[in-house]
Amino acid sequence: MQIGLEHYLAVAAALFTIGVFGIFVNRKNIIIILMSIELVLLSVNINLVAFSSFLGNIEGQIFAMFVLTVAAAEAAVGLAILVTYFRNRGDIAVEDLNLMKG
Amino acid sequence: MEAELVSRLANDLVWIRPELLLAGFALAATLVGAWLGDRVGGLLAGLCAVGLVIAAFFAWQMRPAEPQLVFGGALSIDGFSGYAKAVIALAAAATLLLGADHFARRNERRFEFPILIALSAVGMFVMVSANDLITLYVGLELQSLAAYVLAAFRRDDARSSEAGLKYFVLGALASGLLLYGASLIYGFTGSVRFDVIAASVADGGLGVMFGLVFLICGLAFKMSAAPFHMWTPDVYEGAPTPVTAFFAAAPKLAAVALLARVLYGPFADLEDQWRQVIMALAGISLLVGAFIALAQTNIKRLMAYSSIHNMGFALMALAAGTEKGASAALIYMTIYLPTTIGAFAGILAMRRDCKDVETIEDLSGLAQRKPWLAMLLTVIFFSVAGIPPLAGFFGKLVTFQAALDAGLWPLAVVAALATVISAAYYLNIIKVMWVNPPAPAFQSSGPTIAMTAGLATLLIFPVLVVGFGWVEQAALLAATSSFP
Repeated sequence: MQIGLEHYLAVAAALFTIGVFGIFVNRKNIIIILMSIELVLLSVNINLVAFSSFLGNIEGQIFAMFVLTVAAAEAAVGLAILVTYFRNRGDIAVEDLNLMKG
Repeated sequence: MEAELVSRLANDLVWIRPELLLAGFALAATLVGAWLGDRVGGLLAGLCAVGLVIAAFFAWQMRPAEPQLVFGGALSIDGFSGYAKAVIALAAAATLLLGADHFARRNERRFEFPILIALSAVGMFVMVSANDLITLYVGLELQSLAAYVLAAFRRDDARSSEAGLKYFVLGALASGLLLYGASLIYGFTGSVRFDVIAASVADGGLGVMFGLVFLICGLAFKMSAAPFHMWTPDVYEGAPTPVTAFFAAAPKLAAVALLARVLYGPFADLEDQWRQVIMALAGISLLVGAFIALAQTNIKRLMAYSSIHNMGFALMALAAGTEKGASAALIYMTIYLPTTIGAFAGILAMRRDCKDVETIEDLSGLAQRKPWLAMLLTVIFFSVAGIPPLAGFFGKLVTFQAALDAGLWPLAVVAALATVISAAYYLNIIKVMWVNPPAPAFQSSGPTIAMTAGLATLLIFPVLVVGFGWVEQAALLAATSSFP
């Protein structure tokens, strides 16, 4: 069987869906949400690189580099905020994210 | 060859001097702050405000008649971006004024605050100038990453950390949606450049449509349009109030301008398709913002729903799909910014027994205790409610005109109904201030907060009313020179 563009797109779509569901369905731990966010961003990278190779056009790979860089910065900011949250609450369970409601 | 590259780079750098100024300030201020610590916080905030005003001046001057593509077409410097940048920079500078008194009296003045505001402003500048999907994404993230940190700025306060965390998680999800859309658009049109996308968008088929819907969802989240608004009330409530004022002002204009740029530039040929999506977002935002706000007791949460409601108007103008629509959205946001900043100046003045209070009840009988503050807030809330002759009325008027000219009368009817409902809670605040028995008096708010409230009110009435024709002309010129 020939592995074509659509196979890559299918994998990326599956990863994207898993990532989005990971953010919404998970009720336990915020670290898992951070992992899900990474999954979403990586699925986008698969998409970009697959399209780039299919089209013979370098722009998608440049885009993927930018996404990787920004994802690293995003993870750093997210973990920093998580640390301040943990200092204040002593816990990182998702159910406890409820000081404000209405 | 090399000499040509250098001269082209030098030419490009001249076109981005507002961005360079703020980015340079942020880098230098980080060094100075790391060296001298929080005692230079006030000085840096002052310098940053001056830098923002200079950047606004530069941006306003650089409104070429023809769009200037710089850095190989990554950025487009044109009338639209120049106008948006100038307003964004001034709104960010006003936030620094609000923060000066607030952080000083709580004794938590920190040097990072102006740096984060400056970086966020650079991100917004890049957003409104974006001419390809990569620049769009990088600008958006630069703005958002600074905003996440700002939301969690009060790091020993559990509510502020929680606000930052919620904003981060949902913001990252929105970025993911937007990126997935961008990757599909790239794949089905073959380029990330807006002009190339515009040429091939018509035969992109379903892939491009999917991509566009994802992209719009991501942007709708950033501008807190319903049904992507879940984060807004919690973040507004938890974040320190000057930061909330910042979130409610400049980034909204940047997101609206970016959405206009995306819809009217590369996707102009898909107008019939995206109009449905934008109309749905506009209608839901108008109604959600009007109805849920009725039940709020915390004034910061109320402002969150009020901002969702106001985004509905900007989206309604954009749904028109005409130059008039783009300029109406710009005018609406230009008037919305001083209004919301003025309202937050009023909220920051709510301080009693060395504690900030933030329920609507706390405003009881303000007219007897502090008649001036009550007057200013009355003008501001009358303006948001859209009562003539205040500026807010003219903002609503142009969006209605744009929608009706494009034949979107069902949406205009929804907007009119939602305006009436929203007037109920704005007028309720005014009633609480003037009729209810007085609560204990507020402490004096400090000079910069009072100054910002006064300036904002002056802008709402009479400056923007008298100068409305001028604003309208500038916005129309911005739209026509940039979206041919």
